Amino acid sequence: MIEVWFVLIVTALATSILGVFLVLKGLSMTTDAISHTILLGIVLAFFITQDLRSPWLIIGAGLIGLLTVYLIQVIINTRLIKQDAAIGIVFTALFALAIILVSRYADNVHLDLDVVLMGEVLFAPLNRIEIFGFSVPNALWQLSLLLVINCGFVALFYKELKLSTFDPTYAYIAGFSTTLIYYLLMTLVSITAVTAFDAVGSILVINFFVAPALTAYLLVKRLSHMIWVSFIFAFINSTLGYLAGDHLDVSMSGATSFVAFIVFMLVFLLNPKGFVSTKVKQHNQKKVFARAMILMLMNEDEHRTISRRGIQSHFNLDDKSFKKHIEHLLLNGYVEQNTDGYTLTRRGEEYTHYTRIKYELPAS
Amino acid sequence: MTRNIIEVSDLSVAYAHNPVIWHINLAVKANSRTAVVGPNGAGKSTLIKSIMNLNKPLSGKVEINGKKPKHALKNIAYVPQKGEVNWDFPTTVLDVVLMGRYVHKGWFKRMNKADVAAAMDALSTMKMEAFKDRQISELSGGQRQRVFLARAICHDADFYIMDEPLQGIDITTEKLIIDTIKALQAKGKSFLVVHHNLDTVEEYFDHVIILNKSVIAQGTIEEAWKKENIDKAYDDRSVTT
Repeated sequence: MIEVWFVLIVTALATSILGVFLVLKGLSMTTDAISHTILLGIVLAFFITQDLRSPWLIIGAGLIGLLTVYLIQVIINTRLIKQDAAIGIVFTALFALAIILVSRYADNVHLDLDVVLMGEVLFAPLNRIEIFGFSVPNALWQLSLLLVINCGFVALFYKELKLSTFDPTYAYIAGFSTTLIYYLLMTLVSITAVTAFDAVGSILVINFFVAPALTAYLLVKRLSHMIWVSFIFAFINSTLGYLAGDHLDVSMSGATSFVAFIVFMLVFLLNPKGFVSTKVKQHNQKKVFARAMILMLMNEDEHRTISRRGIQSHFNLDDKSFKKHIEHLLLNGYVEQNTDGYTLTRRGEEYTHYTRIKYELPAS
Repeated sequence: MTRNIIEVSDLSVAYAHNPVIWHINLAVKANSRTAVVGPNGAGKSTLIKSIMNLNKPLSGKVEINGKKPKHALKNIAYVPQKGEVNWDFPTTVLDVVLMGRYVHKGWFKRMNKADVAAAMDALSTMKMEAFKDRQISELSGGQRQRVFLARAICHDADFYIMDEPLQGIDITTEKLIIDTIKALQAKGKSFLVVHHNLDTVEEYFDHVIILNKSVIAQGTIEEAWKKENIDKAYDDRSVTT
């Protein structure tokens, strides 16, 4: 069983390093398209070789992956259709063609659509290969090789990938072909996706590509850190997914993808610059600002005094929020209550003075 | 006569069916500070993109230092509009400025200490050393523009092309950028700058190209920066719209 865990981890690592650039380039859905259309490449290569183990299947998948990217680009370049629609039409057309071919001609061979779509990492250890005298699962060997290739690609083209992702125009002027880098990246995405089919299937492989990178994106401020943090999340997701899948007896790729979602949501909500702390900060800011504005209103009055009705109608406050604000102001000694309503104290006067400076408002 | 660093003849560009610029003939003098001005939609950005070979013209020819643009690009330091890149990209100020050195490195080669020193020099010219480790998303508009100019300085080209570098920035940064441009001109550099504020053209530039689909006027400020030329460029627009 430990081999199953290894396969999941290596899949997650090999996909997530490319995922970093896919996320930054806004290519998540293009990747989803590729991970489906490459089935056509597999099917066509299978018809020619009649061998499900042939390396031509991977080459076929790579070529169809490139064709997918190219067709999407051609359609976008006409400027008649936007990227999402272009992806939608190319993706489904090529995938449908693959389904038609399988259902018409390949019914009697073992090209199991269920396994292609959903993957079954538990079967991975059944296909074994001898490497340096050791018997290892074929998937583990192939994916490890791809992990090395993908890491090598990123290490070698790091500077070019960074520049062409951040500022393609500048990359072009500086003499780096963004097109070449783009197609190299997408070739590796296709090959990685097809190799990961056995383990995680074509539907969920998108999650393995982008979820760790997206989660890392929320936390880092450097590209190199994003890669390392993605690796950490890829490891965490696949390990927890493996344990959950084993424990609950459910699909491990499904469990990994769902864990990835939970981890992403936790980071999204709870990181220091995340959703919760931003909302809390905004909420507090609003309160502070509302109170400052009440004081400013009093400050503009010649007697420095406004009635309760005056304040409520000016700021459109209901009784509850009025009470909250005014209690806070009374407690801090910025205002005092009297028969005419509320009057600004000396302290309150000083506070409005600083508020004007802080928000760069003209003096009264 | 000083020589021309750019010569454009009969350049026309169209997007889909709409012509953007028509029959452009112009020259940019070496060692000049040349402004490109014109109303919105006059084709200013399209013109400089065509000069840099970034779009396919319908007709016409561009020469940079007597060469085809493709072979002269490395000698251009381009300062894009702020909106053209993804400011949420996970990278730091120093990293972006270092990108100016990539052009001298070619494929695969890494940055070394000399490159970092050059980047720090450029940052100090733009008074941004203190921000070197900031993530770029945390910068203000003026600071972003300073980083772009620092990258261009780091690139160390002879010719700078800038797309609205003074758009939406603070007055201190504006002054710093213009002073830097003038200092670089004194070192022999040339500038082609898309500019939007008509009030400062005379103060900031020594040559001007007035554009509205085609060239309305060009030359030194004394020759071309005249009321009738400006009116012609801007009034045409108000009549048609």
